[in-house]
Amino acid sequence: MSETKHHTKGPIISIRQMNKYYGDFHALTDINLEISIGERMVICGPSGSGKSTLIRCLNRLEAHQSGSVNINGVELHQRMKDIDKVRSEVGMVFQHFNLFPHMTVLENCTAGPMWVNKVPPEDAHNIAMKYLERVNIPEQADKYPAQLSGGQQQRVAIARSLCMHPKVMLFDEPTSALDPEMVSEVLDTMTDLAQSGMTMIVVTHEMGFAKKVADRVVFMDEGRIVESNEPIAFFENPQSDRTKKFLSQVLVH
Amino acid sequence: MIQDTVTEDIIMRKPKFIAFLFTTIFICFFIFDPSQSIVGHLLEPALGDPEKSGFYGRCVTASMSAVLLVLNLLAISWIPNFRLQVITVWLQLLILFLSFFYSFDLSFEFIRSKIWFMVTQGIFTTLYVSAISIVIASFIAIIGAVAKMSSNGFAYAIASFYTSFFRGLPLLMQVYLIYLGFPQIGYVIDAVPAGIIALSLCYGAYMTEIFRAGIMSIDHGQWEGSRALGFKFGLIMRKIILPQSIPLIIPPTGNQFIAMLKDSSLVSVIGVWELMFLARTLGNKTFNHMEMLITAAMLYWMMTMVLELIQSRIERKYKKQQSR
Repeated sequence: MSETKHHTKGPIISIRQMNKYYGDFHALTDINLEISIGERMVICGPSGSGKSTLIRCLNRLEAHQSGSVNINGVELHQRMKDIDKVRSEVGMVFQHFNLFPHMTVLENCTAGPMWVNKVPPEDAHNIAMKYLERVNIPEQADKYPAQLSGGQQQRVAIARSLCMHPKVMLFDEPTSALDPEMVSEVLDTMTDLAQSGMTMIVVTHEMGFAKKVADRVVFMDEGRIVESNEPIAFFENPQSDRTKKFLSQVLVH
Repeated sequence: MIQDTVTEDIIMRKPKFIAFLFTTIFICFFIFDPSQSIVGHLLEPALGDPEKSGFYGRCVTASMSAVLLVLNLLAISWIPNFRLQVITVWLQLLILFLSFFYSFDLSFEFIRSKIWFMVTQGIFTTLYVSAISIVIASFIAIIGAVAKMSSNGFAYAIASFYTSFFRGLPLLMQVYLIYLGFPQIGYVIDAVPAGIIALSLCYGAYMTEIFRAGIMSIDHGQWEGSRALGFKFGLIMRKIILPQSIPLIIPPTGNQFIAMLKDSSLVSVIGVWELMFLARTLGNKTFNHMEMLITAAMLYWMMTMVLELIQSRIERKYKKQQSR
């Protein structure tokens, strides 16, 4: 793989002809995708369609086997030296939060800035409090994650990522592990974030969120991108049969 | 273990079980012939000289002993309080053991004259050798555990060879190998450092597996969460993974420390003046072997009990932290 560096202004993420295998299983096939700065993209599809795998390839929590993934001008590959720098610029929110249970909410948020960006403790504290206020839980700063509800934990996880001042935020099914009554508080936080101009890629089943927030909706099935369109066109005039079937199953409720 | 809310009938209230218990105890006592024992002597007015009472005496003493024992068990089963029950049984067993030792006709005068030296020299040496060794072993274990989980063939090979070798050889042999082997290649090594090296290497090998299990039991989401923030491996290990695995590692490590405390008696063979060495040498001159061995045994036991107490304190502290 060549170590070419592009410094184009348009797309912050570009994926070309990417393929991913788990052993013999072909998880992702010929993925081509570009995300430009400020774009909000929602990826949906049935379970096992490869949407989580795709988003995890974007900060190389998973390795791709062929094609190229380019994040903000840096090509991701196996022998790269500065993956930590790329990762610190790409925020990620997980389905199961992955907060550090032995650290307080505040420590969770200051850890990244202090340990990676070498921000002085006082400044890190201020950054953390700023984003905890932004996700509306500054009063929980001294508690431990286990003392918080699922929705609060997920909002802490969002704040923790934001403290790194990421250029892109990746959301991997952020509301799937939540009790129903907590979904909306997390979606509200994400909507806020979208309105502030953050570049976001969101894997989710929340079609309401997609309609309201997304600039583009991507539908995946069996490891391929089947359809990609603006939300209005995507929901009202789906092109492929698989998309129609999926939407009919998701939107019944 | 989670106790069921419904308890079964108390087994000591079942006549059938009591009858079975009585019969079993009677048979055991009959085989071992208690007519010469304390019970036999107590029954002397009724049976006459225990040595001449024969089969009849054997039957009576065995059944009397069985009755006493069963009555005792019944009495214990009637104690309503769990703690009280435990304390009673502990005291009874303790008295039993002490009277067993007492029956050796020990010279307490001799024990009294030596015990201070055993404590200051023996226990002190045993404790510091074990403490230094467990610290070194823990460091070895962390490195070994990381090496065993790495994808680097060289690191894995070294670590697995090390654990295989030091778990595969008897500790006593390792002590000899290090103490007598190093001078062969030109390093004369003192007894205490040799003992510490042997204990550290041996227990490091066992604890490598403990640490590996502790690290592996942390949810992989913790790795992903830290990596996504841009943390490097060392940072993840130090700040995220190890702090979370320590509560899991502490109980088995405490166990290892207790085991090491006693295995440190093996370094007495190379002349380290620890508890076991003193127990063997102090009694030699005057043939008071039993006195010294029993004293050392009691001292080991007491040290272990203190350590168990400390261990349970630490465990409780971490449990509290987890349920915060």
